Amino acid sequence: MKIELTEVLWMDQYQELSLTDLARLSGLSEAELSELVDCGAIVPTNTDSAEWIFDVGCLAVAKTACRLRNDFELDTQGLAVALTLLARIHNLEAQLHDLRAQLPGRIF
Amino acid sequence: MKYKDYYSILGLERTATTENIKKAYRKLARKYHPDVSKETNAEEKFKEVSEAYETLKNSEKRAAYDQLGSHQSGQDFRPPPDWGKQYGGTPFSFDDINLSDLIAGLTGGRHNTKQRGSNIPVPGQDYEVTAHITLEDVYQGTIVNLNINVPEYDENGHLHRVSRAFKTRIPKGVGDGQRLRLPDKGGKGFNGGRNGDLYLNIALHTHSLFRASGHDLYLDLPVTPWEAVLGAAVEVPTLGGPVRLKVPPGTHAGQKLRLPKRGLPKPHDGEGDLFAIVQIVVPTVLSERERAIFKEMADISTFNPRGHFEQETSHEN
Repeated sequence: MKIELTEVLWMDQYQELSLTDLARLSGLSEAELSELVDCGAIVPTNTDSAEWIFDVGCLAVAKTACRLRNDFELDTQGLAVALTLLARIHNLEAQLHDLRAQLPGRIF
Repeated sequence: MKYKDYYSILGLERTATTENIKKAYRKLARKYHPDVSKETNAEEKFKEVSEAYETLKNSEKRAAYDQLGSHQSGQDFRPPPDWGKQYGGTPFSFDDINLSDLIAGLTGGRHNTKQRGSNIPVPGQDYEVTAHITLEDVYQGTIVNLNINVPEYDENGHLHRVSRAFKTRIPKGVGDGQRLRLPDKGGKGFNGGRNGDLYLNIALHTHSLFRASGHDLYLDLPVTPWEAVLGAAVEVPTLGGPVRLKVPPGTHAGQKLRLPKRGLPKPHDGEGDLFAIVQIVVPTVLSERERAIFKEMADISTFNPRGHFEQETSHEN
C-alpha cells in the first residue's frame, strides 16, 4: 500500500490564537481559560487588550492544564499552582540540560 | 479480545468501594501521570491506571465490566452473547477492538451512540505520537513512518480498532521536545465536528560525539599538551563533514573554540554554532626519548601554575 507523504506544520504556524481558538484546540472552556489568565498561569501576548491573543506556548500550557484537570480533578486554583510549578521545573531542566551539554562528556 | 484486570491494576479487591477506587487512582495518578512523573514507562502505566479508573468509577460501566467475569490478565475472552444489548452499547465486532473500546462504547463514552445520533457536532480526538530522530536527521531533515492504532467508527456506526500509517517529512531544524502538527490526521469528527489533529513530539537520540543545547552543539576536543602550548590545526568532525580548526597557541583546558554556523539549523533561517571544548590529554605510555624531553622541560621551565596559592597563603599570614 502506498502511503502518501503528509506535510507537518510547525506549531508556531498558529501565529496568533484567540480565546475561542485556544479553547477549541486545548479542550478547556473559555471560562476556565479566562480564570487561568486571571491567575497568571496563562499569559496572553496582549494583556491590556479586551480581545486576548495567545501564542503557541500558551497552547502547550493549556493542553497540559486540560490533562491535569481531567486526570486529577483539579479546580482552577489548583491547576494554576500546578502549572506554575511545572513551568519552573521545565525551566530548571532546560538550564540543567544546557549546562550538561557544556560539560566535558569524557573524564580522562 | 485480551482481558485486563482493572482491579489488580489499581491494586484493589473486586469488592472495593467507590471511595477506595478513587483513593487508589489518585495515588497512582500522582506517581505515574506523564506530566509530573519521572518514572520509566510512566505514560504506559498511567494509561492503564486511567483506563481502569474510567471504568470502575462509573457504576454502570463497572457493572458491565464485572459481567464480563474474572479472567487472567492478557487472557483471550469473549463477552457473553447478550452483553452488548444489555448495556445499550454500540454494536461491536469483538475481534478488532480492545477492552477499553468496548467499555467506552457504553454510555458516557466520548463517541457514544447518543452523541453521534444527535446533531451536536462532535470533534475528533487529537492523538500524540513520539518520533525518535538523530542529530543527523535534525541537520538535514528526514522522513519518518508513523503507525497509530486507534478506535474508529465505520459508516454503519460500528466500532473498530484500525491501524493508520503516515509518512511524514520532518523539516530540518526541529529540536528536542518540539511538537509538530499533522492537521486533520487525528480521530474523525461527527456531525460536522472538526477532525482531530495528530501531534508529533520530537525526541532526540543522544549522539556519541555531539551534545545539543538549543541549536548549538558541543563537542569534546582532545588535544596534546604540545598542541595546546604551540597551537595546531586539527581536523574536527561536524554534522556537515570534517573541518580544520585552528587551536591557538596557549590554549587552556576547558576553553571553548567556536565554529560559527556549524551547529544545528534553525527552523526558518540560520544555524547555531559548534563549540569544541578543549581537553588536554596526556600520554600514559612514554618512550624513553619522550620522557627525557619532558624531564628536560621540567628542569628548565620556570612556569608555575600554582603561584596564586602562595600569594593567597602569604596574605593570610
